[in-house]
Amino acid sequence: MDQFLEDKNTKINLAEMKSGGLIKQRQKDLFTVRLRVPGGRLSLVKMKKIVEVAEKYGADYVHLSVRQSVEIPYVNIKNIDNLRKELEEIGQKIASCGPRVRVPTACSGCEYNPNGLMDVQKWCLAIDEKFFGMPTDHHKFKISLSGCPIDCFRTTEADLGFQGQMEPKWNEETCVGCTLCAKACQEGAIVSDKDGKPVYDKSKCIYCADCIRVCPTESWMENRRGWAIRVGGKHGRHPLESFKVADLVSEDKTFEIIEKTVEWYKESGIGRERIGQTIRRLGVHKFKEDVLK
Amino acid sequence: MTEIKPDNSIDLHGELCPINFVKTKLVLEDMESGQVLEVFLDDGEPIRSVPRSIKEEGHQVIDVQKIGEVYRLLIRKA
Repeated sequence: MDQFLEDKNTKINLAEMKSGGLIKQRQKDLFTVRLRVPGGRLSLVKMKKIVEVAEKYGADYVHLSVRQSVEIPYVNIKNIDNLRKELEEIGQKIASCGPRVRVPTACSGCEYNPNGLMDVQKWCLAIDEKFFGMPTDHHKFKISLSGCPIDCFRTTEADLGFQGQMEPKWNEETCVGCTLCAKACQEGAIVSDKDGKPVYDKSKCIYCADCIRVCPTESWMENRRGWAIRVGGKHGRHPLESFKVADLVSEDKTFEIIEKTVEWYKESGIGRERIGQTIRRLGVHKFKEDVLK
Repeated sequence: MTEIKPDNSIDLHGELCPINFVKTKLVLEDMESGQVLEVFLDDGEPIRSVPRSIKEEGHQVIDVQKIGEVYRLLIRKA
C-alpha cells in the first residue's frame, strides 16, 4: 500500500515517482514529464514516439527546457506509468530531480561544428550512462560540456564543466610569415614579428586552435588536446561563476575527475549547498589539492 | 616570393561575414583547379574568418598582404 496507491483503473508507482523527472503543475493531478535527452541529441525514432505519447497523454505541444530536455506537460498522474512504459519501448527514459547528478548537457562537438575540439557528444552519453542519478547527498549536480573555449554550453555556470582545448605547436621551417595566425588569434597570444613570423605567448593562450585552423601551410599544428575543467558554477537566484581549475586534462581522466569531484562534494558539502558554495567556503586551493593533485 | 599574377579578382571591402566567404566560394567555383584568385578583405572578422573557411573548403591561401586598411589575399583553387 505504501508502494502503490490503488486507483480505480491505474496504479501509481510512488517509488518511481521519487526518482524524479516529474514536475507538479499548478493544475490538480497534472504533471510535466521531463525526458532524459543527454546532449540534446534526439533520434527521429524517439521524437516520433514522444509525439505519439504526448498526443495521447499530454497537450498539443512539448516544451524544450534550458538544459536540452523535452518536457511533456499536462500529463495526468494516472497516466504517468503508462507513458513511461511506452517511452521505454524505444529506449526513451525520464530525467531525474533532486540531489543527484542530472542529465549532462553538451554542444554538437567536433563531429561537424568547425570550432569543436573534443567529442563532447560521445562523452556526454558516456557520462550520462555512468553517472546519471548518482546521489550527491546535498543538492543537484549539473555537468556540462563545450567542445571548445567559446563555451556555448556555459560551463561557467555548471557545477562541473568540461571545455575542449587544443594546445598548438609551431614549425618554423614551413612557416611563410603570412601573419594570418596573428590576425586569427583573438587573445593576443600570437603577434607577428617583422618577418611576419609568430611570437607565441602561452600565458595568453586559451587553446582555441584558431591559429591551427587558419594556417595555410600547416605550420601551426596540434600538440595535444584535453579538457579545461571548471567547477562550482550555478544559475538560479544567486548565480555563481565556476572556477577554472585545470587546463588540457587528458580525456582518459574524465570519469576519474567526475567521481572524485562528486565524492569531494559529498564529503565536504554541508546541507543543501551546491558545490560552488562548498568551494567558496573551503577555498579553490582545497578542491585542487583534494581532487586534482 | 616571385610575383604571382592572379587569374581573377574580387573586392570584398565592406562585405560582411559570411557573404564575403560565399562570394569568394562562388567565384572560385567558376575557376579552374590551380588558378589563383585575388581577394580584398576588411580587417577584423573578415580577415579572421574567411581564410579559415577557404582552408576548410580545401583551397590554399598562398599570399597575404596588408594594403592600407585592407588585406589582399591570393588563393589557389584546389
